[in-house]
Amino acid sequence: MAIALTESAEPPAQAPDLPPEVSGRSPWALAGRRLWRNRIALSALVLFLLIILVCLAAPLYAHDIAKVNPFVNNLNGTTIIDGHKVPLMQQGGGILKLGETPLGPTWHISNYFLGADQQGRDVFARVLYGGRSSLEIGIGSAVICCVIATIIALIAGYFGGLVDAILSRLMDVIWAFPVYLLAISISTVLLTEQSGLSIGPLHLVATSLWLPTIIIAFIYLPYVYRPIRGHVLSVSEKEFVQAGIAQGASDLRLIFSDILPNVISVVIVLLPLMIATTILTESALSFLSIGVQPPNASWGTIISDGQDLLYTRPWVAIAPGIMIVLTVLALNVLGDGVRDALDPRAKLRVEG
Amino acid sequence: MLTFIVRRMAWTVLVMFAITVLVFVIFFKTPGVDPARQIAGRNPSPQVMQEIRHQFGLDRPFPVQYGDMMKKIFITRDLVSYSNQGIKVIPEIIAAAPATLSLVFGAALIWVVMAILMGVAAAVMRGTLLDPLLMIIALIGISMPVFWLGEVVNLITQSRLHHTFLFSWVPPLGYTPLTQNPVRWFEGLFFPWITLSILYIGFYARVLRANLLEIQNEDYVRTARAKGLTERRVLVRHTLRNSMITFVSLFGLDFGVLVGGGALLTEVVFAIHGVGFLTYQSLTNLDLPTIMSTVIYGAFFIVLANTLVDIAYAGLDPRVRPA
Repeated sequence: MAIALTESAEPPAQAPDLPPEVSGRSPWALAGRRLWRNRIALSALVLFLLIILVCLAAPLYAHDIAKVNPFVNNLNGTTIIDGHKVPLMQQGGGILKLGETPLGPTWHISNYFLGADQQGRDVFARVLYGGRSSLEIGIGSAVICCVIATIIALIAGYFGGLVDAILSRLMDVIWAFPVYLLAISISTVLLTEQSGLSIGPLHLVATSLWLPTIIIAFIYLPYVYRPIRGHVLSVSEKEFVQAGIAQGASDLRLIFSDILPNVISVVIVLLPLMIATTILTESALSFLSIGVQPPNASWGTIISDGQDLLYTRPWVAIAPGIMIVLTVLALNVLGDGVRDALDPRAKLRVEG
Repeated sequence: MLTFIVRRMAWTVLVMFAITVLVFVIFFKTPGVDPARQIAGRNPSPQVMQEIRHQFGLDRPFPVQYGDMMKKIFITRDLVSYSNQGIKVIPEIIAAAPATLSLVFGAALIWVVMAILMGVAAAVMRGTLLDPLLMIIALIGISMPVFWLGEVVNLITQSRLHHTFLFSWVPPLGYTPLTQNPVRWFEGLFFPWITLSILYIGFYARVLRANLLEIQNEDYVRTARAKGLTERRVLVRHTLRNSMITFVSLFGLDFGVLVGGGALLTEVVFAIHGVGFLTYQSLTNLDLPTIMSTVIYGAFFIVLANTLVDIAYAGLDPRVRPA
């Protein structure tokens, strides 16, 4: 197996029996082709893009189709079903037939499709808006995390010695910290400060989506840092880097034009899986009320809101959960596909 | 081996120290955050604020503050929760521990058995439809938020199908201690166990399958086959046994994380009053002394579990030792 691999990595002149569709193409083009042929991964990508598109269209839906504002209480509101005027909050209901129960799903796309929540707000519109926050935080924190972790890993792996020791030990300490407990500690302290938080020129308000984004990016740093640093270490010892040093190339040039292109594939493999993880983490933190803060909504906060209505109006909690499962599932499948496409060894190993 | 253990233990102590410092810095030294205001909980009176400033020595230098806090948590164990009528935090955590342990032990048992069955079945049945089917189920399992799954389970077992013979035995949400009523303990924990274990079953089954397939190409497996051993014996004594090294070390880490507070979401959804639930309650009350203590205790447990796993791993696999 190993022999076959080194052969295929040689230039085509020395391996004349390479199939024509492989010879003369860059590794990226080859990976792209492998991903394109992987129909399952491709449909996962389409599903993910579709979810993004639908969530981006939330304002369109709320203004033009449903004609509601899903961020304003509407306890005395009414809507028209089958020509009858129906209040959004209905008296009685539930097991004890006490209190108010919001309108259930109507299954009409333009009219409280999934019903209303405890405050008379359109659940479907909220799920779409919530998806925007969840995806923004998920994608944002995964990208920030990968970029920062890659920079730290490049510095640690390239310079080695004391720099590497300090940075790696620092990452080890964050790594030893249980993810949720670290997130809970940071979030409680930051979110209880109502007036907002100033770090240098940055001013963060507790309701800002940047707060959970930065917290989640921070707690996953070591999970991205570790594999990338390993690759940087092994690439740094390759002959072409030695040749670069001999030619007198600067540190920056060596890091960015010699080492980075050779480790970037590791980052790309990690990215979809990281987004899946960060979306799950965001939903968990928001469920615990230390993630996205009102008036913003996210899938996690809507599930949390739906907890009180679980037995009477279960769709409030179920719908955002289904969106999370679809998104994370698509990303996991896509991540597997990207890994197989970029790392042919992984595929061979599994198929061999 | 002894040097390895000593070095590993030294590193453990160092990490624990670093964690307490990190937690302390987060809670007391975040720029722009007044720790007295944080500790006091919601709407404190000026007297309480004054008392806290004095008691926690907030006007004194950093190392003194840190030392005082650690003394309150570990030695005198008299850290007091202000938002919870002055209740002592550490005894409360210890009282909550059995519920968490019951939840995590049961779930761990289920996930180990199920993951091995699924992983081995998928690897053995490769090429048939069963393999991709099992792996898709596993993938769905790791894509579900555990708190949402718990709510769906509650919806079915507590409400929608509760009147049917299938789920009529499910008791209301909550935890009954084992010593009080073993049957009720089991009934109450059955669905929390399943809910908590599904994510791990999916994850471990995938890891195990990949590992088994990788090991199948090793020389010693070919040798075992060449010797004429039955497929069953090759699988159990050679392939599976080696896969267990990865499996066991992963298990140690995840088990530690769950006992150390990772089961929080499951505990909240099923109203099991364990350590995680305590953390959640403190979150809703903004009870910072309790959160800080549960975080430190949880982190300590996890670091300790990591150490034990590493030492056990080194005992099993001599190649790891020099590292």
